[in-house]
Amino acid sequence: MITGAPLILYLALGLFMFTTGVVGVIIRRNPIVVFMCIELMLNSVNLTFLAFARYGLWYQGTTDHGDISIMNGPMMIIFVMAVAAAEVAVGLGIIMTIFRLRQDIDVDDMNLLKG
Amino acid sequence: MQSALFQIGKWFVHTPAALQALIRVLLYVIPLLLLVPMFIWWERRLLSWMQDRIGPNRVGPFGLLQAIADGVKLFFKEDITPASIDRLIYFVAPAIALFPAFALGGTLPWGPNRLLTPMADVNIGVLYIMAVSSLGVYGVVLGGYAPNNKYSLLGGLRSSAQLISYELAMGMSLAAIALASGSLKVTEFVHQQEMPIWGADQAVWIQNWNLFTPYGFLAGIIFAICMVAETNRAPFDLPEAENELIAGYHTEYSSMKFAVYFMGEYAAMFVFSGVFAAVFLGGYNFLPIRWEALIDDYPAATAFWQFMQALNYYGAPIWFIGKCIGGLSVYIWLRATLPRLRYDQLMSLGWRCLLPLSVANFMAVGFWVLLTRLMGGMEQFESDAQPLATLGLLLIDVLIVMVVDRVYRRGSGKEMASRTIEMVDPPVLRSIELVDGGEPVVPANG
Amino acid sequence: MPSITITPDLIVFVPLALVAALSAIGVVALKNAVRSALCLVLNFFTLSALYFNLRAEIIGITQVVVYTGAIMVLFLFVIMLLNLGAPQLLAEKKDLKIGAGLAGGVILFGVIAGTIFPPLVSVNVIHAPTKYGEPATLGHTLFTQFVWPFEVASILLLVGIVGSILLAKRKI
Repeated sequence: MITGAPLILYLALGLFMFTTGVVGVIIRRNPIVVFMCIELMLNSVNLTFLAFARYGLWYQGTTDHGDISIMNGPMMIIFVMAVAAAEVAVGLGIIMTIFRLRQDIDVDDMNLLKG
Repeated sequence: MQSALFQIGKWFVHTPAALQALIRVLLYVIPLLLLVPMFIWWERRLLSWMQDRIGPNRVGPFGLLQAIADGVKLFFKEDITPASIDRLIYFVAPAIALFPAFALGGTLPWGPNRLLTPMADVNIGVLYIMAVSSLGVYGVVLGGYAPNNKYSLLGGLRSSAQLISYELAMGMSLAAIALASGSLKVTEFVHQQEMPIWGADQAVWIQNWNLFTPYGFLAGIIFAICMVAETNRAPFDLPEAENELIAGYHTEYSSMKFAVYFMGEYAAMFVFSGVFAAVFLGGYNFLPIRWEALIDDYPAATAFWQFMQALNYYGAPIWFIGKCIGGLSVYIWLRATLPRLRYDQLMSLGWRCLLPLSVANFMAVGFWVLLTRLMGGMEQFESDAQPLATLGLLLIDVLIVMVVDRVYRRGSGKEMASRTIEMVDPPVLRSIELVDGGEPVVPANG
Repeated sequence: MPSITITPDLIVFVPLALVAALSAIGVVALKNAVRSALCLVLNFFTLSALYFNLRAEIIGITQVVVYTGAIMVLFLFVIMLLNLGAPQLLAEKKDLKIGAGLAGGVILFGVIAGTIFPPLVSVNVIHAPTKYGEPATLGHTLFTQFVWPFEVASILLLVGIVGSILLAKRKI
């Protein structure tokens, strides 16, 4: 019985958020906004994981699902959240330190490592 | 009259679930909205009695209409809006502050009837409360940022740092209770608290309110302190400190927007007291007495026990609201009694005292659950497993409190040098050293 | 075009997806960093509602607690502290990159959508067991099947805590 929204809509929303994040990382020059676009990408991936977990494509018709558990999706989301939290804490600390040293946070001006 | 109620009941049971949920929401929000002026009146009267004066008693009988008169005044007051503000955020911030205050009671049961309350009996009950209280930070931080004012921004940042610090200890203390009760649902917490005390025999007539258990007592005290800090009330109201930051994060808000902030604060106080009552004080039960055990033990007075049982069941929302108002009175009592905490004292209390205490409590509860299950499996301990384990937990908790207290006292006074703290709390305010039992010492080259 | 059945899930999904998409555009397009962060908060909140729509309640509420309640507060904190220092430094200049970035984004969307979507167009029957989003299931799986990644994640968080404290101190 059909009770859910079509899977394709969830994937389309996830893909739209992902491409918006990619465009944001390329276009924006404020490193904090770049960081936020990275978070946007991580969240779009979370949505895709959960949508696939709910519509378990390999679950239909068979009782033997092999090694693939349906809880792989939600588990992946938990770990992505943990990693994103740690990454944000350290990354924002780095941005604040750079700001204090150089009084300027324009990503295009940080080119000391350029060859 | 009875048949009309019966007809309404029958209609309610057969409506679609969405409409039932909407009616439950209205049943919760509308009385809360109507009660907020009562809280304001009660705070002003009780605070006045504690300060040896009479509160407002001119407007209406006993001054009951004072809050409405204040509302009318604020409605007609001139609305001063600063010029160079972020307009959208400025007008939306009070609404963002109001939303978590009301949404907090979504999973609280106000009575035993599951069709009428809680609004949503989801499996994540207490985690929902944590999530919504984390959203309360936004109203404060945006209210501080929107008017282009350095002092209100400092007040907003200080307040949000305080809120996120005390959220952690609050979450860990609720997690300890969730571990002991075996479920995240608040209705399950209340149900577990109706069992005999400390897991004793069914004939015992005292209920197992979480505040009477060792882990629940410690978690309850931690939760109560964090609750007061989460609503920005005294003694944790440094963000509103008038002698330092004018009025903190709501400096630039006048008349109606200020009223909305205040309404949110009082509603949050009430609902947080409700959370405390549901999780630690047995929810909607009148007294910690199991009437059905009394019926078995003393059958001579069965009629009286049954009357009390019916009173407990049908008057459940009244007892719950009574406990909420009791909690509100404790809030007001704290405001009347305790002096304000300094910012570094506040932070050190949250991070170095309450958080280790609640984490140690959580781990102790974990061991207690394990021990109870192991002992319950062995034959000679089968019926006494839980009371014995709880006695052991009492000793462990006393030990934990003593250890954390010793460590906290030894580490007090040394402040971590950090530039972020200096940006939020400038060193000129901290350079005055207070020596125990002596005069304040100002360093020579400030 | 395959036929679309109107289910309550779809009726709840459409406005939430619209708000999520618009706020995602808002994050990238708004010049003011605070407004950008607030758009991201709205996006995370609607994502959490979408997780509830997918019947994964514990993930949805964890999204509110972790992302909306902690990570975004940290972002707002940092943006406002930098505003306190020097507000004019956060203004951005216009650039020629914008056109190339937008074109690249559209091409990326087209390429991925063209590869992945066609085989999945008519999938709308749910196969997950009903209790897959409950706290009990998640807890059980986390502590039995995924206990090693769980311990590694806690070490990672410890490293993150130590790192951010070190970065904030004046004297190490």
